[in-house]
Amino acid sequence: MSSTSNTTTISTIGPPSRRNTELALLVFAVIVPVFAYANAGLALSDELPSGMLSYGLGLGLLAGVGHLVVRKFAPYADPLLLPIATLLNGLGLVIIWRLDQSRRLAQQAKNADRVFSAAAPNQLIYSAMAVALFVGVLIFLKDHRILQRYTYISMVGALILLILPVFFPPVFGARIWVRVGSFSIQPAEFAKIIIAVFFSGYLMVKRDALALASRRVMGLYLPRGRDLGPILVVWAMSILILVFETDLGTSLLFFGMFVVMLYVATERTSWIVFGLLMSAAGAVGVASFEPHVKVRVMAWLHPFAVYQEHPPSWATTEQIAQALMSFGSGGVFGTGLGQGASDLIGFAANSDFILATIGEELGLAGTMAILLLYGLIVERGMRTALAARDPFGKLLSIGLSAAFAIQVFVVAGGVMGLIPLTGMTMPFVAYGGSSVLANWALIAILIRISDTARRPAPAPAPSTDAEMTQVVRP
Amino acid sequence: MSELTLTVMRLGFLAVLWLFVIVAVQVIRSDLFGTRVTQRGSARRGAPDRPQQQRQATPPPQRQQPAGRGGGRGRRGAPTKLVVSEGTLAGTTVALQGQTISLGRAHDSTIVLDDDYASSRHARIYPDRDGQWIVEDLGSTNGTYLDRTRLTTPTPIPLGAPIRIGKTVIELRK
Repeated sequence: MSSTSNTTTISTIGPPSRRNTELALLVFAVIVPVFAYANAGLALSDELPSGMLSYGLGLGLLAGVGHLVVRKFAPYADPLLLPIATLLNGLGLVIIWRLDQSRRLAQQAKNADRVFSAAAPNQLIYSAMAVALFVGVLIFLKDHRILQRYTYISMVGALILLILPVFFPPVFGARIWVRVGSFSIQPAEFAKIIIAVFFSGYLMVKRDALALASRRVMGLYLPRGRDLGPILVVWAMSILILVFETDLGTSLLFFGMFVVMLYVATERTSWIVFGLLMSAAGAVGVASFEPHVKVRVMAWLHPFAVYQEHPPSWATTEQIAQALMSFGSGGVFGTGLGQGASDLIGFAANSDFILATIGEELGLAGTMAILLLYGLIVERGMRTALAARDPFGKLLSIGLSAAFAIQVFVVAGGVMGLIPLTGMTMPFVAYGGSSVLANWALIAILIRISDTARRPAPAPAPSTDAEMTQVVRP
Repeated sequence: MSELTLTVMRLGFLAVLWLFVIVAVQVIRSDLFGTRVTQRGSARRGAPDRPQQQRQATPPPQRQQPAGRGGGRGRRGAPTKLVVSEGTLAGTTVALQGQTISLGRAHDSTIVLDDDYASSRHARIYPDRDGQWIVEDLGSTNGTYLDRTRLTTPTPIPLGAPIRIGKTVIELRK
C-alpha cells in the first residue's frame, strides 16, 4: 500500500536531452533583465545606465558557465530550472540596483546616521559565488543517493546550524544571523536543504511503519505513539526556534516541509490534519506569549493603525501599510520600472519587501508572472519527484520544492498581508548572500536528481536465448 | 525621456516577461503530451511497448563508457556497470568499482528491490580475486536465476547474462 509510488513509471518519448532548449531559454532569460535594466535606467536618469554592457555580459557569463557545467555533468537534467533561476536572479539585481538609485533611501539612511551603500554590486558578487557553488555541487555530487549516507549527520548538522544564531546578538528583533568578523550569514537558509536530506533519509526507512501501523478512530488513522515521536520532536524544534530566535518564517518552513514530506511518504491524510492542528496550536500559543510575534500579528490584523491619531503602542512600523499601498498604486500594469514610489518603504526595501517594488512597478501582471515563474520551479521539482526512480530522490525533490514553495508563500503572503509578516527573503530576487547561495545549491540538487530521473533506460542486451526462465508476472 | 517611450517600454517589458513564461510552459508541454506512463504489471509484450524497444535499440553514443575503467582492473571485456533491465527499478544503473553489491528488500541493500518475490537479503554480486564478477544467492525464498538455472553455488556472471530475481532482471554491461 505504501509502495504505490512505484506502480507507474513515467518516461519521455522525445529526445531525452533538452540542453539546446535550455540554451535558448537562457539567452532569453539574460535578455529580459537587460531590457529591464535599460528600462529602469531610462526612467530614472533619461539615459541608458553606464554599467549595462558589463551587467549583461556578467549575467550572460554566469548563465553560460552554469549551462556548460549542466551540459557536461548533468546532460539529461530538466531544461527549465536553470533559465528560470537565472531570470529571477537577474531581475532581482535590476530591482536592487533601481532601489540603490533612490535619493529618498539615501536621505533616510543619512538621517538615521547609517552609511548608505549600493547593494547591487554586492548582490552581483553573491550571485557569482552562488553560481560557483551551483557548479561545485553539480561537479562533486555525482549521484544524489550519496546524500542518503549522511541522514543522521545531516540531522545533527541542521540542528547545529539552527541553534548557532542563539549565541549571537539579535538583529532587528530576530536572532537569525551568525556574525563572523564582517561576514554575517543566515544559517537557516542552508539548514533547510540539509534538513530535507535528513527527512527524506528518515522517512524512506520509516514510511511503512508510519503508514501501516495505525489504528482507525473516527475515520482518521491514528499513528502509534512511537511513530509519532519524530513529528513531535520536529514540532517542538520549530516552536523552540520561534521562541528563542523569534523567527516565525523558518519555523513555519520546517514544520510545513516535514508535514508535506510525511504526507507524500505515507499517503495518510491524518498527518495533514495532525500537522495543521499542531501548527495552529503552536502558533496561537507562541503568538499570545511572545511579545515580538504578538506585535507582528497585531500589525497584520491592523496594518493602518500606525496612521491613527493616537496609534496604539504596538503600532511601530509603517512597512506593511506602505507595502499594501504600493501594491494598490501599482494597479494592473504598474507604474513602470524606476517610476514607482516603493522606495518610501525605508527599511528592508530591497530584501523582505522587494515584492512590493515589483508589485508597484510591474503591477499585477508582472507580479503574477514572477509568481508563476516560482510556481514553474516548484512544478519542475514535483515533476522530478514523479520521474525519480529511487524513493530517496523522490522524497528529497519533493522536500526541496516544498521548502521553496513554502518560502515563497510565507514571504509573498507576509508582504501582501495574507499572513503575519516574517523575516524571510524572496528566493533569488531579494538582497542577501545566504539566500542566493542556498537557493542556487537547492536548484543544483534538483538538477542532479532530475538528470538521474530523466536519463533514458539503457538498452537491453540482445537476447540470445528466447526460452529463458519464466518471468513471474502477476 | 518622453512619456510615450516609457509607456511603450513598460508594456513591452511586461509582454516580454509573459512571453518567457509562455515559452517555458510550452517546454513543459512535451512532458504532458510526450510521455508514456507504464502501469506496473501491464502487458509489456503488447504493441504500445514497441517504440520503447526501437528507441532503446539505439542508445545515445555518449552513454558508452570506455572499456576498462573499472578501478585498477583494466581487463578487456570487464563489465563496468550493472543495469536493471526489467522490473519496477528498470533503468537503474550502478557503477561496478570493485565493491560488493547486495540485492534485496532490506533498506541497506545497494539495490533495494521493491519486488514481492524478493527476500530481504536476496543475493549479492561481488568480484573475486581475478576481477571476475560472481553472483551468490543468499538463501532466498524464491531463488535467483542466472539465464534459466536456479543458483545453488556462487557462479561467475557472463557479460550480458540476465540475472532474474522475481520480476527484476539485472545484467552486467561494459
